[in-house]
Amino acid sequence: MNSMLTVKDLKVYFSVKSGAFGRAKTVRAVDGVTFDIGRGEILSLVGESGSGKTTTGKAILRLVPQTAGAVTFNGEAVSLNNSRLHEFRRKAQMIYQDPFQALNPRHFILDIVAEPLDVNGLAKGKEAREERVMEALKNAGLQPPEDYLYRYPYELSGGQRQRVAIASSLILHPEFVVADEPVSMLDASIRTGIIKLMLQQRNENGIAYLFITHDLSLAWLISDRIAIMYLGKIMEIGSADQIIHDARHPYAKALLKIMPQPGVQRQGERDVLQGDIPSAAMDIRGCKFASRCPMAQDICRQQPPVEKEVEPGHKVLCHFA
Amino acid sequence: MEQTAPRLLEVKDLKTYFHTQKGDAKAVDGVSFSLNAGEALGLVGESGCGKTTAALSICRLLPANGYIADGEILVDGVDYCKLNDKEILPHRWKDVSMIFQGAMNAFNPVKTVGWQIAEAIMLHDGLDKKAAMERAGDLLELVEVPRDRVRHYPHEFSGGMKQRAMISMALACNPKLIIGDEPTTALDVMVQAQILNLLERLRREIHMGMILITHDLSILGETCDKIAVMYAGRIAETGSVDDIFRHAAHPYTQKLISCFPDISKRKEIPDGIPGFPPNLIAPPKGCRFAPRCEFSCDKCREVDPFMRRLSDSHSVACHLEVEK
Repeated sequence: MNSMLTVKDLKVYFSVKSGAFGRAKTVRAVDGVTFDIGRGEILSLVGESGSGKTTTGKAILRLVPQTAGAVTFNGEAVSLNNSRLHEFRRKAQMIYQDPFQALNPRHFILDIVAEPLDVNGLAKGKEAREERVMEALKNAGLQPPEDYLYRYPYELSGGQRQRVAIASSLILHPEFVVADEPVSMLDASIRTGIIKLMLQQRNENGIAYLFITHDLSLAWLISDRIAIMYLGKIMEIGSADQIIHDARHPYAKALLKIMPQPGVQRQGERDVLQGDIPSAAMDIRGCKFASRCPMAQDICRQQPPVEKEVEPGHKVLCHFA
Repeated sequence: MEQTAPRLLEVKDLKTYFHTQKGDAKAVDGVSFSLNAGEALGLVGESGCGKTTAALSICRLLPANGYIADGEILVDGVDYCKLNDKEILPHRWKDVSMIFQGAMNAFNPVKTVGWQIAEAIMLHDGLDKKAAMERAGDLLELVEVPRDRVRHYPHEFSGGMKQRAMISMALACNPKLIIGDEPTTALDVMVQAQILNLLERLRREIHMGMILITHDLSILGETCDKIAVMYAGRIAETGSVDDIFRHAAHPYTQKLISCFPDISKRKEIPDGIPGFPPNLIAPPKGCRFAPRCEFSCDKCREVDPFMRRLSDSHSVACHLEVEK
């Protein structure tokens, strides 16, 4: 597969102190993540809060510093070299979860959407700038676009705001977009409109997405592949159908078992994993999931598992896969 | 439908309006539903459809600009609409209690969790401090939080534990009816499953009535006996889980269901629902969903549909004879 973006052994560690005299601890937010995304592909990153999915997305875009690892984009390493990074950021964009906080409340929609143009010095003249913004608004499904130019974010509904945020992310015609829970704050009926918009951009312009979500069924619906993350590591990665219908990792299986299915009355209690997700500051020698895994053996607590390819493209990080 | 057994809750033609500068917003506009002891009702709809307002009306906890314009709320035969603010007090918590959205952030950070639960018990049941703390411990155990946690502060609890502690507080005075307003929305999937397990267990063991308010249709099917779908201050359709999911008669219900991906079906990106919910200050004439409904006809835009019975359990407010 011609991969557009490859992420190799990405690590993001934070140093945190607890209390005034506390010793600094290392939080391993992302602890060795490897995957690639092809042109026009959608990879969903699924996991509970604290699993490191958002940090992964931000680290790829260099919005948080990478501790170790390599990211290559179109065959070239993304370095901190200024002009290279600038170019990469023009082609790689982010959509945030909360459309209520992502937009500057004091700016017109025009200026919000045009900001990437202004920053990169791409809009020549007032008219050209307005034209590009209108085109972006139209592509984001805000019709007629001239109605939105001189309005403020508070005048728009949540769905419209998210469309404005998307228009702003797409105005530079990026090749790769990190979408961080872009629909989780929206009503179900609005949600599908945004999803359709994203898919349309993929189909027409070949945009690839890293789609960050906690909703497995949504991930299944829209993505080509799914990666299940837990405590900074990818536990299982494969095609959407492989993960949903043939999950091998105990964590992926546990998530699938509790996933509600519309209209199906549940027989008996849900199988809930015991305990909480451990702190990412904890030093875990063996498998990160061992403390909650219903099938954990001694080896799981002592040795970190190695990734196994159980089917072509379907990889599992478990001793017993 | 009319059994002889007394209903735990009977809401009849409830109208709750909010004063606003532009006129009264009819947040709940003629809603009726009922609930027997031990039954669970799911109230589902999008933001702004009035589901939370309906719940707040039952507890009489409306904000200052909200008022009940008309209707009856009978809890064990007592009409809550006729009680004044003082008369409602003994009923609140004891008959009806509520778990709020994002409730886990409602704890006072400088007081222990146990004390905050005990405070509610002392106020309503008149127990002394020691007995109330004892009861707080019992309640925490009931929601699967270790008893010695009574001495801990909210920041020492995880999000799921805080939400469970909140549920235990709602159970403090053995209510007959508990209303959960999006009780799992802000939580992770695993914690959500835990809380749903807990609510289902409590409902079985304590035999209390439950109203679960959510925008997530998929969890209602698992947890509730019946479902009421709300749209723009009205109930569009009510029925058993099977009625709603397999024989949805209202176009809005059908659309809403299609918005939730089902992994047992074919991959199909749903259409969503074009347009916006109507302005509740001046709602449209006729059916409120008509402007967004692909099947709407002239009658829909003129005549307000009434609740039509399709079977013993299933009613719909729609002129059309559509069946999937």
